[in-house]
Amino acid sequence: MKNPNPRTLAEKLWADHLVSKGADGEPDLIYIDLHLVHEVTSPQAFDGLRVSGRNVRRPDLTIATEDHNTPTIDIEKPIAEPTSRIQIETLRKNAAEFGIRLHSLGDIEQGIVHVVGPQLGLTMPGITVVCGDSHTSTHGAFGSMAFGIGTSEVEHVLATQTLPVKPFKTMAVNVEGELGEGVTAKDIILAVIAEIGTGGGQGFVIEYRGSAIRSLSMDGRMTICNMSIEAGARAGMVAPDETTFQYLKGKPHAPRGKDWQEALAYWKTLPTDNGAQYDAEVFINGSELEPFVTWGTNPGQGVPLGGEVPDPSLILDPNERAAALRALDYMDLAPGTRMKDIPVDTVFMGSCTNSRLDDLRLFASIIKGQKKADDVRLMVVPGSARVRLEAESEGIDKIVKDFGGEWRFAGCSMCLGMNPDQLGPGERAASTSNRNFEGRQGKGARTHLVSPVVAAATAIRGTLSSPKDLTSESEES
Amino acid sequence: MDKISRIIGVGVPLRRSNVDTDQIIPAEYLKRVTKTGYEDALFAAWRDDPNFVLNHPPFDKGGVLVAGPDFGTGSSREHAVWALRDYGFNAVISSRFGDIFRSNAGKQGLVTAVVEDEIVERIWGQIEEQPGVQVVVDLKAREVRCDSVNTKFQIDDYTRWRLMEGLDDIAITLKKSDEIESFEKSRYRWRPTTLPARSE
Repeated sequence: MKNPNPRTLAEKLWADHLVSKGADGEPDLIYIDLHLVHEVTSPQAFDGLRVSGRNVRRPDLTIATEDHNTPTIDIEKPIAEPTSRIQIETLRKNAAEFGIRLHSLGDIEQGIVHVVGPQLGLTMPGITVVCGDSHTSTHGAFGSMAFGIGTSEVEHVLATQTLPVKPFKTMAVNVEGELGEGVTAKDIILAVIAEIGTGGGQGFVIEYRGSAIRSLSMDGRMTICNMSIEAGARAGMVAPDETTFQYLKGKPHAPRGKDWQEALAYWKTLPTDNGAQYDAEVFINGSELEPFVTWGTNPGQGVPLGGEVPDPSLILDPNERAAALRALDYMDLAPGTRMKDIPVDTVFMGSCTNSRLDDLRLFASIIKGQKKADDVRLMVVPGSARVRLEAESEGIDKIVKDFGGEWRFAGCSMCLGMNPDQLGPGERAASTSNRNFEGRQGKGARTHLVSPVVAAATAIRGTLSSPKDLTSESEES
Repeated sequence: MDKISRIIGVGVPLRRSNVDTDQIIPAEYLKRVTKTGYEDALFAAWRDDPNFVLNHPPFDKGGVLVAGPDFGTGSSREHAVWALRDYGFNAVISSRFGDIFRSNAGKQGLVTAVVEDEIVERIWGQIEEQPGVQVVVDLKAREVRCDSVNTKFQIDDYTRWRLMEGLDDIAITLKKSDEIESFEKSRYRWRPTTLPARSE
């Protein structure tokens, strides 16, 4: 029988969390199932609560961890930098005062907030998730509605467990086809951003669909949803399926027994109905994708690895042309340079985009038994203390160290360099993180966004590379 | 929050697109635990460049920033809004804003006025012709005015109303406490809870 009212995944989630519908252009009030907190965007929110004499409404739906400022070496010592230390101490004080569960440095569940939620089984299909961090979109990989908020909104959620928000428009990004060898989730999302631009997703929640998305593990889906914000979208999501359920089953906070059966039945009702309409649709041929890398200073400035640095004079849009000229100047690159000829100083393997076990496994499988390029520094930073331990139980730490890389403790690290893990002025990195903005990884630092696969091959050859470049070299010799 | 009906200030032309929040305030300034005193952090890396617009009077006394498309993309850091506000900006004009930035701005009394690229270009022209010229962002009339430019701008009705009334979002929401409570009663019991903590 035909469904008279077909709805998208996003519309179903919205309806299920509606506390009150906004009248006359007012936003809707929606309920928040899970509020993730970290040290950078929360101190002023807790202060706000104190000033107005308000409390945290639902500490039991709130969880905090330390990630942005935490060092990735010598974690048993006091944090050396006073401002970082104060910020972390402030979170510890606030968590204690308001009764919020906190995973501190040294705890097995400490790590990047977007790695911790899923590994605990707190992130699940059909829920709403917010965090004072734009990469909260990561959690949408489970079929949840997850988006980043500012500090005023953090305070609002702490006080009320709700948020006034206008419904997002819906966009379907369809990626069909089988991915080629060495092509990963990261390449899909970089290609999507290059296609729709850094503002293309503004006002939208993106639902990633199609056989190429279905074939990805949860870790891969998280990589894609993570960078939805780089396309301008508040949220990205993938409908839950067997892959989702298998991942969740047995996780500490996943429903159990009869609850699991009930939850599963509900989750299976969530995928977008046949015939539901999206406000916008994008189609990408997954089988044609190649490893993708960025050449500029925003995530939309990317090309296939086999390509060249573009010529700004050929860009028609005046704003984009000016941005490209500025980016090439900052990146110290000339138009027409082959991407594969660009040498790097550092390879950073980590961040909420690519620091999960699948990412580390993939990376290790390529560098295993190989030799690192002499003048390249490699830093590998697992997403959480648990991921680090799991990787170590598989010998990944040894592979990284034998290769000549640094095996670090968990945190945001060099993705944004709030801790001492930074690039120097003019240094160039191949980075599995999410932002190639000016100065992001250190003042004057230059970033090329890459997948774990390209990061690994680049660490071996010293210039931006894919594993195919390794085999063609050995065939030639 | 103070009620806002009209903003008048020295217009500052920022001829750049994709000004992400890492440029508005670099991460090193996010380690502070206060909500004010960020004026030194605004565009910190760019201000090292003697040619940067804010290093040229009268733009150092700017009140209305006029920027290229996609202003405030990237990180959710509300510090970007605090830094603009602390420096003295009360409004930003652009053809497109990052969603989270725009939402943060609306909660902190910073007006974000959306106009067409062509209007931004005309205002840049006016300001560069007469540096120090005042730009008016009239929230009540929903108009941007600068010399011969006089045009409507876009802002959502609800944000505009809240800014004009100087309302606190949390106080508005707390009036709906009954509805929140009744929603909570119907919440599936297997939805996640962080407490008591469970481990593997």
